[in-house]
Amino acid sequence: MINKIIPSVELALANIHDGATVMIGGFGGAGQPAELIDALIAQGARDLVIVNNNAGNGETGLAALLKARRVRKIICSFPRQADSQVFDGLYRAGELELELVPQGNLAERIRAAGAGIGAFFTPTGYGTELAKGKETREINGKMYVLEHPIHADFALVKAERGDRWGNLAYRKTARNFGPVMASAAKVTIASVHEIVELGSLDPESVVTPGLYVHRVVQVPRSATGPAGFKAA
Amino acid sequence: MTILINKWNREQMAARVAQDIPDGAVVNLGIGLPTLVANHLPSDREVILHSENGVIGMGPAPAAGEEDYDLINAGKQAVTLLPGGCYFHHADSFAMMRGGHLDVCVLGAFQVSASGDLANWHTGAADAIPAVGGAMDLAIGAKKTYVMMEHQTKAGESKLVAACTYPLTGIGCVSRIYTDLAVIDLEPDGAKVIAMVDGLRFEELQKLTAVPLVMAC
Repeated sequence: MINKIIPSVELALANIHDGATVMIGGFGGAGQPAELIDALIAQGARDLVIVNNNAGNGETGLAALLKARRVRKIICSFPRQADSQVFDGLYRAGELELELVPQGNLAERIRAAGAGIGAFFTPTGYGTELAKGKETREINGKMYVLEHPIHADFALVKAERGDRWGNLAYRKTARNFGPVMASAAKVTIASVHEIVELGSLDPESVVTPGLYVHRVVQVPRSATGPAGFKAA
Repeated sequence: MTILINKWNREQMAARVAQDIPDGAVVNLGIGLPTLVANHLPSDREVILHSENGVIGMGPAPAAGEEDYDLINAGKQAVTLLPGGCYFHHADSFAMMRGGHLDVCVLGAFQVSASGDLANWHTGAADAIPAVGGAMDLAIGAKKTYVMMEHQTKAGESKLVAACTYPLTGIGCVSRIYTDLAVIDLEPDGAKVIAMVDGLRFEELQKLTAVPLVMAC
């Protein structure tokens, strides 16, 4: 019998090793798996490479992971925010490496990893600082930049509901990077607010098929607010 | 150099952009000034708003107390979904953009060159923390990329320039700019003024602009 449901976030994250590349879903607070990030801080792995759209807000979640000095490098599109003071301080002090990637290239590089693509030509970034040193090619009169996939050891994603096969359904724009990150990691760990019986998710509405997901852990729903949830 | 005329304010600039967005268009409005365009779309036109974090058919902000932070726009503000709207993941969202499925994208800018190069993501200052977000994808993805910006910097320098001095976001991607003084089409044979604020003479506009302009209104 397949049962990917893990009884606690601690067990779900137990084997994340030092030096691992960890993708973390979310766009700002929406879709950020806060409970999994907290568990990663408690778990203690260090020297991590983190892939996320942002670089943490305020003092919690990803910002707290950075503050705990567990991260060697961050690959993201938009680190600078009004409340990104933790990242800003570490970056200015030279204590955190940054690979800045245009957001669409970030999503597509993650997708490419999950889809087994070796590399791809994209028009985004051509002629800019962020394409410096990269191979370019003219295709049908238009210029493109060669971009390579981003693979990960682990992906931490947040979904709305899941089942014991790992099938996932998301909620609104909290979906964002979850589906592509789930496909691009050796081990994908999903937090869900509801675990349902196998067969009760509408097959037409499963967004991440269970074969991409290795562990599912239930976390409580929190009140709406930045990074929060309303009752579904 | 400053002149004493009634510049368009931010809402008037937004209204001027909204007037040019046709019925049925799929549009992405960038963070900041472009977001205001949504408030001025004529009610007799159906315009579909896309946001790169995975939604089309975005509606206005919810009433106070009704915010759901699982439903946000690219500026991370709470929004709503109109009937017919839907959600998709990030790679699909940018495929829509890069694949040319968006009709219009409206962005802010530090500088735009006469050939349509855009600089809007980084001042290039040594101590600045770079952040690009979706700017480079947006710049080159839509069928038409419009820019909204003040005509001049606070120091009185033209933001329409012969060549951008700030780091580039995209090359040759901007087709039209809406400033607080004029609307200018960037075409292969020159920068054409298609509208100006009342009371401004073309010669005055030219003096405030670092590239040659052609009168076309």
